[in-house]
Amino acid sequence: MASKSKWFAIRKELSSKRRLILTVFSFLIPIGTWCAVSYVPWLWHPMIEIEDTGDVSYFREGRLVKKEVFENENEIMASTGKRLASGKRANPVFLPAPHEVVNAFYAAFTTPPRRRGEPWLHESLWHSIQIIFWGFAVSSFFGVPLGILCGSYAVFSRLHEPFVEFFRYLPAPAFGALAVAILGIHDPPKIAIIFIGTFFQQILVISNTTRKLDVALIEAAQTLGAKPIQLLTRVVVPGILPDLYKDMRILLGWAWTYLIVAELVGTMTGITWFIYQQSKYRIYENVYAAIIMIGIIGLSTDLFLAWLGKHLFPWTQTKQSKVSQFLYRLFGPVNQTAFAPVKVEA
Amino acid sequence: MNVELPHYTDQTPEVKKRFDELKSRKVILDIQNLNRVFETGDGEVVALKNINFKAYRREFVCVVGPSGCGKSTFIRILAGLDEPTSGQVLVDGNSVSGPGPDRGMVFQRYTLFPWLTVKQNVMFGLEMSNHSKTESESQALQWIDLVGLEKFANAYPDQLSGGMRQRVAIARALANRPRILLMDEPFGALDAQTRCQMQSYLMQIWRNVDITIVFITHDLDESLYLADRVLVLKANPGEVQEIIEVPVPRPRNPDQFVSPEFLATKKHLDTLIHPQDDEEKDDLPIMRMTNVGDEVE
Repeated sequence: MASKSKWFAIRKELSSKRRLILTVFSFLIPIGTWCAVSYVPWLWHPMIEIEDTGDVSYFREGRLVKKEVFENENEIMASTGKRLASGKRANPVFLPAPHEVVNAFYAAFTTPPRRRGEPWLHESLWHSIQIIFWGFAVSSFFGVPLGILCGSYAVFSRLHEPFVEFFRYLPAPAFGALAVAILGIHDPPKIAIIFIGTFFQQILVISNTTRKLDVALIEAAQTLGAKPIQLLTRVVVPGILPDLYKDMRILLGWAWTYLIVAELVGTMTGITWFIYQQSKYRIYENVYAAIIMIGIIGLSTDLFLAWLGKHLFPWTQTKQSKVSQFLYRLFGPVNQTAFAPVKVEA
Repeated sequence: MNVELPHYTDQTPEVKKRFDELKSRKVILDIQNLNRVFETGDGEVVALKNINFKAYRREFVCVVGPSGCGKSTFIRILAGLDEPTSGQVLVDGNSVSGPGPDRGMVFQRYTLFPWLTVKQNVMFGLEMSNHSKTESESQALQWIDLVGLEKFANAYPDQLSGGMRQRVAIARALANRPRILLMDEPFGALDAQTRCQMQSYLMQIWRNVDITIVFITHDLDESLYLADRVLVLKANPGEVQEIIEVPVPRPRNPDQFVSPEFLATKKHLDTLIHPQDDEEKDDLPIMRMTNVGDEVE
């Protein structure tokens, strides 16, 4: 059946095998392109790596020169009867081959910093993660309650949302200089940039999610005698929790995109410092490795949170997993017994 | 059908005796001069006009009417989810202002809290009125037993069928021990077979619990099968057209759907809700689009 189904059908899911194949390909296509450009000499390779300088006075062995320059010099050498230079085609230094970047993943962690007192790569990464964490935590501490209030009460919505709508168009990096003037040159202004980048979006996203809660649930709770504060704590908050969790995952991704800008503010630190440092030394494979590391950390955090979410909100799952039953026994009401997760007709 | 039908107001002595007894009971719901006017961009729309009605203790009242007659507005005002423009609603002699635990409500849409199990859903109202957790739990389990879902006490609503969800909703509303149970087309989303079953469940519950039921439906059979009296509303503006005493004896059973008094009342209700001048709309101006000789009937 599945093999006969169409590859192209609007809003139809593919078989799990095809999904897997396509997921693999989504990574293979860019990586394959990169490999092709790196390892196939006649694709691009606009430079010549000099192996024999010949009689060209300024060539140095191992140097990269542009192909046109190389050919030009050799023509001059040929016309004057001097010894020709030789070399092989190469890519520019800013495009290292995949295997070099793969090596760098390991090497970057084991190479000690050039100067004493400078952080190792893992220390830089850890510093970046802390900046993200605090920026996101401070933003959420204020943003989540405010978002829920705006989504629940028209008063809060009218009082805050118009200004927030305006403020979210102000680019967070624009506050860099101000943040340094007010908060100094170390971590606080960086955290402030992440905060500004996240907070205003957070209020709007969460208030929207709150508004999406079925009003019939609130009315049902009212007819059951729930008071206003109970409506908020016992209906609105638990009702939006799974969606709120999803929002927070998306917003955390948002916070990551502000990381580099935030770390440029004041004294450069964290992974940004590492990237700039390595590019200064022209060790571009380390630069690529560091950028990819950010992606890997971001994606794996998100996948972990997605996995955790499935078990935190067992009612959103029609099938109960072992882990959620375990969590439910730990934190759920006592003397609950596991039940068969089957749909039963009356 | 050529059987001579009785008039719908003809009541056998037993039925008449039952209505006399019913009307001697305490008035639980007293609706006085109820009006509801909606302000729209194009002016005012009168949704409900001058409605007066009394329901007696443990009476089963059905409200029917054409679409747009304000049935839903009516029940929402009774629940306290909407406010009348003028007039008032008294429950047990107390004027209604806002929702309260003395009036339980079952909605057409599924309104069980998806994050709570069946048991926790039924406990919700009890916890709101400051019952202790253990007391709420034991009471909730009794109500779950009453609707026959004890096996599913720890299931989440999404794991239940539509009929079971509405049974939980009924248990949840009743657990608060309300004086009145308001039901807004509660079985409207169910398939015919489940609906039939739910009607019989509901009557069993009603028989065993001290509760007055106001039940909104657009299904005339359902209203006659369930109700002591049927409140017929008409549209534009929503006014009381007639209050019909259903002459079908109790206890009711599905065989009575074809009893003469049932059919007579149904016929009368039909003429009230679907007036004759609407009948010409029954035939569609359809062109023939198949070959002659290719007949289906």
